[in-house]
Amino acid sequence: MKTRYMLTAIVFAGLGWFPPVFAKTLVFCSEGSPEGFNPSLYTAGTTFDASSRAMFDQLVHFKRGTTVIEPGLAESWAVSADGLVYTFKLRKGVKFHTSKNFQPTRDFNADDVLYSFERQWKQDHRDHKLSGGTYEYFNSMDMPNLLKSIEKVDDYTVRFILNEPEAPFIANMGMDFASILSAEYAEKMNAAGTPEKIDLEPIGTGPFRLLAYQKDAVIRYQAHPEYWPGTPAIDNLVFSITPDAAVRYAKLRKGECHVMPYPNPADLAAMRKDPDIQLLEQEGLNIGYLAFNTVKKPFADRRVRQALNYAINKQAIIDAIYLGAGVAAKNPIPPTIWSYDDAIKDYPYDPAKAKALLNEAGYANGFDTDIWAMPVQRPYNPNARRMAEMIQADFAKVNVNAKIVTFEWGEYLKRSKAGEHQTVLLGWTGDNGDPDNFLHVLLGCAAAKGANRARWCHKPFDDLILQAKRTPDVAKRTELYKKAQAIFKQEAPWVTIAHSVVFKPVRKEVVDFRIDPFGGHVFYGVDLRQ
Amino acid sequence: MIRFLLTRIGLIAPTFFGVTLLTFALVRLVPGDPVELLVGERGIDPARHAMLRAELGLDKPLLVQYGTYINQVLHGDLGQSIVTKTPVLQEFLTLFPATIEISLCAILFALLIGIPVGILAAVRRGSVLDYLAMGFSLIGYSMPIFWWALLLILTFSVNLGWTPVSGRISVFFYFEPVTGFMLIDSLLSGQKGAFSSAVRHLVLPSVALGTIPLAIIARMTRSSMLEVLNEDYIRTARAKGLAPWRIIILHALRNALIPVITVVGLAVGVLFAGAILTETIFAWPGVGKWLVESVRRRDYPVLQGGVLLVATVVMVVNLLVDVLYGLINPRIRHQR
Repeated sequence: MKTRYMLTAIVFAGLGWFPPVFAKTLVFCSEGSPEGFNPSLYTAGTTFDASSRAMFDQLVHFKRGTTVIEPGLAESWAVSADGLVYTFKLRKGVKFHTSKNFQPTRDFNADDVLYSFERQWKQDHRDHKLSGGTYEYFNSMDMPNLLKSIEKVDDYTVRFILNEPEAPFIANMGMDFASILSAEYAEKMNAAGTPEKIDLEPIGTGPFRLLAYQKDAVIRYQAHPEYWPGTPAIDNLVFSITPDAAVRYAKLRKGECHVMPYPNPADLAAMRKDPDIQLLEQEGLNIGYLAFNTVKKPFADRRVRQALNYAINKQAIIDAIYLGAGVAAKNPIPPTIWSYDDAIKDYPYDPAKAKALLNEAGYANGFDTDIWAMPVQRPYNPNARRMAEMIQADFAKVNVNAKIVTFEWGEYLKRSKAGEHQTVLLGWTGDNGDPDNFLHVLLGCAAAKGANRARWCHKPFDDLILQAKRTPDVAKRTELYKKAQAIFKQEAPWVTIAHSVVFKPVRKEVVDFRIDPFGGHVFYGVDLRQ
Repeated sequence: MIRFLLTRIGLIAPTFFGVTLLTFALVRLVPGDPVELLVGERGIDPARHAMLRAELGLDKPLLVQYGTYINQVLHGDLGQSIVTKTPVLQEFLTLFPATIEISLCAILFALLIGIPVGILAAVRRGSVLDYLAMGFSLIGYSMPIFWWALLLILTFSVNLGWTPVSGRISVFFYFEPVTGFMLIDSLLSGQKGAFSSAVRHLVLPSVALGTIPLAIIARMTRSSMLEVLNEDYIRTARAKGLAPWRIIILHALRNALIPVITVVGLAVGVLFAGAILTETIFAWPGVGKWLVESVRRRDYPVLQGGVLLVATVVMVVNLLVDVLYGLINPRIRHQR
């Protein structure tokens, strides 16, 4: 490897791109091409890896490898007593990237915050329609309804005024869509008649600056020497786009890349044995579940839902489907999220109890139903079809005759949202590490015709999560969410199946790579042993 | 000849429209909504969903959508990608050189090995060599490309370490693309080792992609050669006492290659189909990989425009082959 670094250094130094020292180049075999480089326009994790996580900062950050919030471009913040006004004190001396088109004349300030949010929010903003102008994450986090105004108090103070209290708002400010772009660059590109460059060759304050993108092949970044928390340990970051998992593994073995995402489960055993590879693993911020359509008979009856919870042999599913890369789920939020209640008791596998409950509910002879199985592999469910077959067999043991149904993925999402199913397999990966992002988004009454596939609207539960939304105090929110988890378990709108484990194979020379609970790949803080 | 050419060109227009209709219809027959796929589990507010569909023009009746599309195409506009918001033609032009490069190398590999193997098999008909050559070409023809490609990677890249695993050039070389052809650009860059890196990266993808055309060409050359070798003029040449290699190369091969040219023309279609898999496996940034991605994302404009462009290329190549065929085969040229 040393020869390779030397070679790199010589090649790049000769071209004047890199300092003539041992340039450290980390190669990441990414799984796909980014949709673009302005994270507010897109929703895919692959895009965020290449944009927000490499090139941008947000007002708040998540501490690397955790869901803990820490100051980012905002040094501190204060929330008004009514939970409606968030005042951010901005960091001074933060430098934007330079590029061949742009030499910043000023540091980051409040104008950049206003530009980044107003462009997404206000339809009459000059740049709103740029690059197609669809800001799906901003919209799906309900920001247009939540925001009343954003005010610049002075160059280093920004005030967000909300229409209603929203405790997860701070966590939202750390999300990818909330990345801060340069207002000065936007002005300059508009003046030059090339506004499209704002998104194609974006300027951020993040740890790496974009050097070049060869479509579908390679993305090159260079360390931002004036990055405010300190210059990155690696000099160059390269994304070598490699869609096939087997090929990514071959490249990793040969040392053609240092980090690879999404290994084939079948390759994990060999990776563990390879002395050149460290296999990192961490429980994912996700949940895979089977939701009962609670507005349809017989699932409107709580006893039926509980009975089917008893009927499923969860451990057998985890062993067969997740191949050990999953842990049984008992709560709708993963254990890595604060307020997770470990005291909750899961429904044990007990077909006799299931039959008794069905008998009590008037279904002694069982009933006919369906199980919808996703056509795609997702982080929270590696093989939904096989899982549905196992559940079908478990249901048959308690006289419930289930038919397996599947559709093309887009169609599956649409029809299950419309409530055409009886029971549906689905899951979720967290956006911002806030319990609200699971409990309200997936189980709240407001989502009962949307992401809440159980269409479950239970007032005592909903009151608790709405109250938690309005309570800024984390200790109080924790109490409320614990109560909500108890109600959820009792009412059983889902069978909580598993939280999958995320694996990340990295070369042994990689130092301090941490798995991001949000599923991203963050290279600031990572070093290479030479 | 001119009449022959005009007839061939005349056939392109209806084929072109056929392709637009077929791709448009097929893309829409496949279930899946690009907007739903864009937002995934997260879901989208119904009003916003309707608005986005309207912006993409997907709310209009299919006939109207097709009319708009054809009108656009006739004005040279293939629309822009739903995902990247970049014009389809621009994306195609960026990626197409990579596909041409790999296809040319694959066909070169197929010709350089396929023709000699075919000749040898024909000349030594019924020998062990013939059986081996034809046996291997049958295997080559039947092998799934993705499996073959992975096998090549594991053997030559991972175990033997002779070739790089994937990509077009080592990530340690960087220069602005000039022509889009890595072999040329790496030479132009003047960077030491760049050209050899590009060549080494081309070997496995060319072999993987060229295997099926190689098998077809070898078999075609053999059977066509066998036919020609039985002709009277070959017997005459032999009777004249010409050296066997002169008979084979100068007399037989010239005529035997005529059908092979047609096969090469047809192989362009096979190459594009193969490129879809080869490019995905070898992380080769060409149009094949681009189209696969657009299917997954239901990126209608890319899918429609991309298939249309690829079909156009295949049509043009076939036209050229027809012309070439006419030029070297007087029987075709003088057909009325």
